[in-house]
Amino acid sequence: MDLSVILALDVLNGAASLFLLCLGLAIIFGMMKIINLAHGEFVMLGAYATVLSTNAGLNIWIAMLVVAPVFVGLVGLVIERCLIRFLYGRLVDSMLATWGLSLFLIGLVTTLFGNTINGVPTPLGGFEIGAYRSSWYTIFLVAMALAMMALVYGVMRFTRFGLVARAVMQNPGMAATLGVNTAHIYMATFALGAAVTGLAGGLLAPVSGITPVMGSAFVAKSFITVVGGGAAIISGTASAAGLFGLVNQMGAYLTTPVYGEVILFLSAILLIRLLPQGISGRFFKGTL
Amino acid sequence: MTRQTSLALQSLALLAAILLVVALPSYMDLFTLMQVTLFAAMGVLSLSLAFIWGFGGILSFGQTAFFGLGAYAYAIAAINFGDSTNAILLAVLVPGLFAAALGYFVFYGRISEVYLGVITLTVTLILFNVVNSTAGDSYTIGTARLGGFNGIPAVPTFNMPYSPSDILSPEASWWVTAGALIGVYLLLRLLLASSFGRVAVAVRENETRAALLGYDPRIIKLGVFVVGGAVAGLAGALYVNWGAFVGPTIFSLSISAEIIIWITIGGLGTLLGPIVGCFLIQYLVSQIGSQQAFNANLVLGVILVAFVLLLPQGIVPTIRDGLLRLARLGRPRRDAKSLASEPHAAGAK
Repeated sequence: MDLSVILALDVLNGAASLFLLCLGLAIIFGMMKIINLAHGEFVMLGAYATVLSTNAGLNIWIAMLVVAPVFVGLVGLVIERCLIRFLYGRLVDSMLATWGLSLFLIGLVTTLFGNTINGVPTPLGGFEIGAYRSSWYTIFLVAMALAMMALVYGVMRFTRFGLVARAVMQNPGMAATLGVNTAHIYMATFALGAAVTGLAGGLLAPVSGITPVMGSAFVAKSFITVVGGGAAIISGTASAAGLFGLVNQMGAYLTTPVYGEVILFLSAILLIRLLPQGISGRFFKGTL
Repeated sequence: MTRQTSLALQSLALLAAILLVVALPSYMDLFTLMQVTLFAAMGVLSLSLAFIWGFGGILSFGQTAFFGLGAYAYAIAAINFGDSTNAILLAVLVPGLFAAALGYFVFYGRISEVYLGVITLTVTLILFNVVNSTAGDSYTIGTARLGGFNGIPAVPTFNMPYSPSDILSPEASWWVTAGALIGVYLLLRLLLASSFGRVAVAVRENETRAALLGYDPRIIKLGVFVVGGAVAGLAGALYVNWGAFVGPTIFSLSISAEIIIWITIGGLGTLLGPIVGCFLIQYLVSQIGSQQAFNANLVLGVILVAFVLLLPQGIVPTIRDGLLRLARLGRPRRDAKSLASEPHAAGAK
């Protein structure tokens, strides 16, 4: 009984982290059809922003929830203006250029801060269920994932920006004809996606190893989840994150964490083979 | 240029390349020779992706999966057999078969370009994670211990065919590696001139149209993918021969990224460009490695972005078009693709 509760918590934790990691990518990919291979480095920048500002004496919650997303959002804005806007509609070139960007960011951070940096301690402490221990931070991550889901849904569904953004997503040409400045929407979307990714980086900073190359551990996982989820930003990403989180944690429990990841990847490839449009291409058609 | 002069020029360039390869050890110290041997091994790797991406239209982000599989296959077989001859064959065969299995899945599932990149990337990461976790005595194949993150040290290097005691000297290793580079280049050129190669290019240009003409794009792409995998495997064996060591970092994303950079800056859709790009970038990285001020990734990233934005064609096609414009003098232009690797570009190398 105790074990099953802990396992359920693990699965929830895995799904929540995966959802937080993928949401920014899903926003950028779903809306702009830009493959951002520098996604992992946005996570890394968020984590670095959190660690550096915490070590400089800032409150960890402010560092995580405010500094990380704002900083990475601004970085995203600059990158969109300097690089991404030349690449709309050039799918392969966008992949190459963002991969170059990812190398550049890794190199820059390594040059500035070296190969390692001190992490931050995990806040909140732990609690016990029978013979097992878990940390409150796990619960907090799940709560944050739910909050982000609600927030993005609210923005997309009920604000004017969300309405216009969804219009651009469906048909950029038509939206432009109706007087929407698509360039501005793309710019805002990219910055928003970057900010959400930065937030994920901040939230994961206390629970992951922080190095300049940490992003590469996330990038394939995030991509496979977004692709497995399909076009719908929230329902697709959430269902794929839930599914893969479950598969990953159960695989890790039954074998080792390494084979848990292998099982995750193999099942993801299988899913893409069976549902080439992703989960939301089949089951949540036309939803957000 | 008529066909005869073009052919004559190409043979001349080939002859020059062979002479250069033969003569090089007498003019170089051992350290430089070893470095150039590594460059040549990586040149074979660049050819593998140049072929499948440039002529098959298959952008694989995980070409290192085959490179690493070839390297591990060679290392394990060479330790077990004590003789490198069959090990080299296995290093070509194993990645080729793996590419066939993966390619069947991908191409017969009609998975789109984007997902193909994602899948090959993931496969590389899977292999990295799996090999990385094989530390410990239980993970052995025959007499070879996999060694996990420590890799396999002291792998036997190449010997004369079926004569394990005649181990190749560094000079002979250079001749073998550079010879392999020239050989693979020639083989791929011949393959591209064959009807298979022409159909492959047709599929790259327009899959639907090729299918309507009666070709099955799936089997063509699969064939291209398998050839690329086998060539990458050979590169893996050459790489292990250079260092007598193989570790899991051979599956790393940074090498995958580097191959793509070589091709982007050298010129996609040519065979020569990627080799030029490979030598240039490796030389650059080794130069950057000798100083401490900044990280090599920084420079590579800037170069890749700059080429994608400013010179998407790459170096070799740009030089080629420039030379053609000079040489043409009003005659009608020939199809650029058929001139993909003209010998005057070889002179540029």
